[in-house]
Amino acid sequence: MDKNQFLQSFAEQFDDVDPSSITTDTKFKDLEEWSSMVALMVIAMVDENYNKKITGADLREANTIGELYDRLNSRS
Amino acid sequence: MALLHNKNVVIKGISACVPKRVVKNMDNSYFSPNDIKSFVQNVGVEELRTSGEDICSSDLCVAAAERLLKESGIDRDDIGILVFVSQSPDYYFLPNTACIIQDRLQLSKEILAFDVPLGCSGYIYGLNLVASYLSSGQIRKGLLLVGDTASKIPYPRDKSSGMLFGDAGAATLLEYDEGAGGGNFHLATDGAGYKAIIVPEGGFRNRFSTQSLAEYTSAEGLIRTPNSLHLDGFDVFSFGITEAPKTCKKLMEHLGISNDDIDFAVFHQANKMMNEKIRKKLNLPENKVPYSLKHFGNTSSASIPLTMVKQIRTELQTKQNKLLLCGFGVGLSWGTAYVVCDPLIVPELIEI
Repeated sequence: MDKNQFLQSFAEQFDDVDPSSITTDTKFKDLEEWSSMVALMVIAMVDENYNKKITGADLREANTIGELYDRLNSRS
Repeated sequence: MALLHNKNVVIKGISACVPKRVVKNMDNSYFSPNDIKSFVQNVGVEELRTSGEDICSSDLCVAAAERLLKESGIDRDDIGILVFVSQSPDYYFLPNTACIIQDRLQLSKEILAFDVPLGCSGYIYGLNLVASYLSSGQIRKGLLLVGDTASKIPYPRDKSSGMLFGDAGAATLLEYDEGAGGGNFHLATDGAGYKAIIVPEGGFRNRFSTQSLAEYTSAEGLIRTPNSLHLDGFDVFSFGITEAPKTCKKLMEHLGISNDDIDFAVFHQANKMMNEKIRKKLNLPENKVPYSLKHFGNTSSASIPLTMVKQIRTELQTKQNKLLLCGFGVGLSWGTAYVVCDPLIVPELIEI
């Protein structure tokens, strides 16, 4: 998984978020536009691009985009 | 690998019934207009049919069955098996609702009648179960009833499920028919995901207590009671978009069929985003994938037959159809059926 590509794809799930403002340290749940619907779109994106499953626990326990990336990247 | 073939069986007819009462999600006073708008847009549910205090799943199923039996003109005494698939039975586990329905429908006492408490996958499991009994010809006709009053299970203030579930019941008549191709199935289970859709208290693992109805707020800010539905929407979404396409592909590969061999693919009506994702992963064109979600919501075990009756009734009545049917959800449990149906008896959607 390419980290920059992941960041960009993550940012694309939002309507009003400037992709350049997103870093691995961004606390995604604090973004104003973050909602359960955006979460579903992120899950779909990861399934499509990486063929990996994001669970409810991943979203609850990861705080930053980097943490979410690390959890996914460690999975086969 | 649970790939199964039940020969010598045909589906003769399908009917469905919903409560008359319409609840529009935009009128829901528990949630903000913005939240509702986003829900309607993404999940695709504008309104629901809800049964209120007086109507049970069994009532919806009995109404559907009465009409189907009448229009098919068969002798009730010929029905040798009755299966009631539901997670909202009349009574708390005893007696089985199927027994009560045997009497209400005035079916023969020489009948096997029992409940199968499955949800979203229940129609597929039910078809396979009844077809299995009929396949040998020892029982000639079977009635599969699937239905839920799923609107009663979530806590009304729970944003994850309070606007999602509607009520419906359906009846399917199956018959022994020597030489008929029957139905092909793929059935699967993954209990590791049992917490993704669960009512935590009120069963025998966690008994109903004075605390079971106490409102609390979850870590995600969802308002629930321990005796209400706990839906982990993210886990369910992940599960659905992965396993539903997989089970369809597995059965299709096993049978050596392609999308050209499917007239309609009818999926459990879970959530528009999820279902569209599944449809796209399977490269199925929109005109082959009917939806009832917008006006009826997620109707649990009844969602597949309800969608068939509501959306493709004329086609089912007038021509042969090759159908791929796929249910997935609570358990976690999922399955796919491939059936070729000659013109069916399909009464108009019933409202009570």
